[in-house]
Amino acid sequence: MPATEVQATTRPRSHSRKATLKTVLRYAFLTLGAFIVLFPVYMAVVNSLLEPSQIAHQPPPFFPTNPQWHTYPDAWKGGSLGIYLRNSAIQTAIIVAGQLVTSILAAYAFAFLDFPFKRAIFFAFLMTLMIPFEVTVATNLTTVTSLGWFNTFPGLTVPFLATGFGVFLLRQAFLQIPRDLKEAAQLDGYGHMRFLWSVAIPLARPAIAALGVFSFLGAWNQYLWPLLVTGNNNAVRTVQIGLKQLLNTQLDQINVSLAGTIIAIAPLVLLLIVFQKQLVRSLTAGAVK
Amino acid sequence: MRSLAVRRRREWALAYALVIPALVIFAVFTFYPFIQNFKLALYQNPPYPGLPSHFVGLSQVTSTLTSTSFLQSLESTFEFVLLVVPIGLFGGLMLALAAHKKLKGMAIYQVIFSSTVVSSVAVAAVVFGTLMDPVVGLLPWLGLNPHPAILSNPTWALPAVAVIAIWQFLGLSFIIMTAGLQSMPEEVLEAARLDGARAPTMFFRVTIPLLSPTIFFGLVIGTIYAFQSFGQIDILIGPQNAAFTHTNVLLYYVYTALSVQNNPGLAAVLSIVLFVILLSVTLLQFRFLERRVHYASN
Repeated sequence: MPATEVQATTRPRSHSRKATLKTVLRYAFLTLGAFIVLFPVYMAVVNSLLEPSQIAHQPPPFFPTNPQWHTYPDAWKGGSLGIYLRNSAIQTAIIVAGQLVTSILAAYAFAFLDFPFKRAIFFAFLMTLMIPFEVTVATNLTTVTSLGWFNTFPGLTVPFLATGFGVFLLRQAFLQIPRDLKEAAQLDGYGHMRFLWSVAIPLARPAIAALGVFSFLGAWNQYLWPLLVTGNNNAVRTVQIGLKQLLNTQLDQINVSLAGTIIAIAPLVLLLIVFQKQLVRSLTAGAVK
Repeated sequence: MRSLAVRRRREWALAYALVIPALVIFAVFTFYPFIQNFKLALYQNPPYPGLPSHFVGLSQVTSTLTSTSFLQSLESTFEFVLLVVPIGLFGGLMLALAAHKKLKGMAIYQVIFSSTVVSSVAVAAVVFGTLMDPVVGLLPWLGLNPHPAILSNPTWALPAVAVIAIWQFLGLSFIIMTAGLQSMPEEVLEAARLDGARAPTMFFRVTIPLLSPTIFFGLVIGTIYAFQSFGQIDILIGPQNAAFTHTNVLLYYVYTALSVQNNPGLAAVLSIVLFVILLSVTLLQFRFLERRVHYASN
């Protein structure tokens, strides 16, 4: 029987019972979904706290009866996680800052200024979205090596200091700023830089925050480039590559590897909780017109 | 008159100054290497590193494109993409529909469902690698213990890494679908409900068409994501594994050509192929699917 509004008014009891059942089913489905999403991570936490003798036990333990908290400091020290996390933090900070600066500047030019070849240059920027970074790695590796940047922070970060997506996103945000505001600012004697700094950037803050979150995730989770461009010493090796190493070197100590994994993901989980809104906005820019 | 021209030229100078930082980065690290690929593809590298490469014309391109390992790689890539994208999109849509209701606790479910977006490929690989391990994992307990072990099993290794990619993609898919649902015009839904539309009718005749731009966006993004995944394979399988030839997706082939075989010529050919495939798939999606997409205002 369809639960339409009309019937609801004539038969309130059956409707309300049906609505309750629907709500219960909805929660059941949501909880099942949450279980599927979280179970692997939960098992990683459990496994990270097991005693070595329990790890290969069948049936597998689903709760750490005797939690071995020391696996966390062990992973931190044994896997050089402190250094890797520091490297990842530096690499991410450089890339996020660089992308924000270059995107804001270029987006301002495209939104508020007129210049020869504007359309052609903008089209070139959009073209970069069609060329995946992976198809450029071979030559980039040669370029970076010949610049003497192999296994350095410039090598790790400079190729990523600009983003076509970011320029596009911020240009759209700047274009939403009313023209009158620009003219009023001009009459008040604002130059371009002052208008950018004190009007355009504050007004486009949500889009800028969204780009920041997006750049952060992209930079922190990079895998291919750090794998190619970092050497075997730990000088600039990032935590993603460190995890691979941790898994390779300590196969008999799966609990320690997993402890390391949990440490590596913790900063991002915090970021997700704090920036949930911006994250949704940044990842869906373009999804809704 | 003169002051106007001066002002104009000043504006040009400012504009170029603002655009140049990004333009230089793109020129050096995107356009130059992209074009360079076409040149590298024409030169063959000798089997021993350090010797100079020599010009071979298109023969390297044709020999690569007809090689068994390339065809096998192409097959694995498409199998992987066809597993990851539909399942990931459907799962994200279902979760988004379930969580799109003003009920208690929805905010928590939303954080949980979007959470896999922050997990890196390395984290996901380590976590799932443990669960799929033949000794310490859950599979023996579930009575599933293929021989050879799942991640070295030519039949099962690719679906297994696809599961990891689906799990990772689920968060992004959920976020995209949720944003689409949130921007749906409430009045239209309300009107349909008042017209007495039943739940399935609502879903297929109202919700899905209204959501089609979002689903389309998810499809394009998901396809690009799936074509660019290879970290799971690098961490859990690797070139020495028995299942390697069945999991050597194109991008991983590029990586191994480059850093295991030391063969930039081969990597360049494969890069061009990957680019052409990505470009054509995206264009095809726009050409054939976007026409069916329903945009609210036109």
